[in-house]
Amino acid sequence: MLNGYGSTIVDGAWLTLLLALTSMAVAILLGLLGAAFRLSPIKWLALLGDAYATVIRGIPDLVLILLIFYGGQDIVNRVAPMLGYEDYIEIDAFAAGVGTLGFIFGAYLSETFRGAFMAIPKGQGEAGAAYGMSGVQVFFRILVPQMIRFAIPGFTNNWLVLTKATALISVVGLQDMMFKAKSAADATREPFTFYLAVAALYLVLTSVSLLALRFLEKRYSVGVKAAEL
Amino acid sequence: MILDFSVIWENLPLYFNGVLVTLKLLLISLAVGLTVAVPLALMRVSRQPAVNFPAWLYTYVIRGTPMLVQLFLIYYGLAQFAAVRESFLWPYFSNATFCACLAFAINTSAYTAEILAGSLKATPHGEIEAAKAVGMSRFKLYRRILLPSALRRALPQYSNEVIMMLHTTSLASIVTLVDITGAARTVSSQYYLPFEAYITAGVFYLCLTFVLVRLFKRAERRWLGYMAPRKA
Repeated sequence: MLNGYGSTIVDGAWLTLLLALTSMAVAILLGLLGAAFRLSPIKWLALLGDAYATVIRGIPDLVLILLIFYGGQDIVNRVAPMLGYEDYIEIDAFAAGVGTLGFIFGAYLSETFRGAFMAIPKGQGEAGAAYGMSGVQVFFRILVPQMIRFAIPGFTNNWLVLTKATALISVVGLQDMMFKAKSAADATREPFTFYLAVAALYLVLTSVSLLALRFLEKRYSVGVKAAEL
Repeated sequence: MILDFSVIWENLPLYFNGVLVTLKLLLISLAVGLTVAVPLALMRVSRQPAVNFPAWLYTYVIRGTPMLVQLFLIYYGLAQFAAVRESFLWPYFSNATFCACLAFAINTSAYTAEILAGSLKATPHGEIEAAKAVGMSRFKLYRRILLPSALRRALPQYSNEVIMMLHTTSLASIVTLVDITGAARTVSSQYYLPFEAYITAGVFYLCLTFVLVRLFKRAERRWLGYMAPRKA
């Protein structure tokens, strides 16, 4: 299939999926942290969280990717000799991709999570505190499980955007399906065929995600009565 | 000093030219995209499957695939076909600016159509019934009641889309255009100062984003004033 390039593109597709999933895991951690910061009563923490969300969301993904991948590598290699480290340090494209996408989408998710936390009735957290739970316990036992339901629609959106943003990591040399398609296109001079194949694969990925997350939303809303019009 | 911004300072004109290119790409694609989005949105709210389905499929496919793939399909992909290469359209399709604008316009038209369709569907029943009661024709109903109100109510979401598009235009640098990101890439490779080059580009985008947010806040106050919470 595809002049024998079919299997390499499928390999690339697995890497794309792996990149998306790993980045999302990082993004969820950073998003929770960001949301906790922004909702914190401690002023400078809230300010720090707000700055993170505002600055990252105001800069294009591509610029951040180039900045972190090339710029980050550059800075690391400028600082390293001062610390007595002489070898050239090369950052792995996959690790850089995960770090960058995680960092970017952490900012977007912090916004989603913040809104979801605020949607939880205040009494819930107060009741937890009344039972003698610590702040951390209230956060993980009471707030997070309830927040998930409110966060799913925004999360779905962010996941879809992130999946599509993985294509940009091919620009810094990660051999994902976009990169593989480009090599195949250059070799066979049939760019349309290969980019169309990649587009179809992305469409499958986003369609499956949509269905799965819709199912998840139903699961988390089982105990909630929908108002009928 | 670890950082060296003197080169950036010398190359500021390159960045400012980049700002012009970015704004040009943004304005053209938004204008074309919005023009296409209005009829698409009207199709999306239609109850006839034959009208609704093609528009649904279009927005679904465009929104389900990465912008980079769409751009490559148009810029690199179309050259695969001899029919395109020999047609009178070839001067356009071999032009990076044209292809980038086309790809961006197609992309934003799909997102904008969905925003507008959502806004059209949210029109209060009473307004439509009232329009029918005073005997407006379907066309007049759309022109006088549905579209003006839906376009206004779509403003907050559309402002998000515009900012997303500003960020999307950075992909133009991948197809050789020298927008803000393209300027940063040039500076980065000429002087090997990637960090300074890209952080400067980031600052430029951040400023543009803030300006756009401000403009839309003003537009909302102007056109959505009637929905603002009442002041005490």
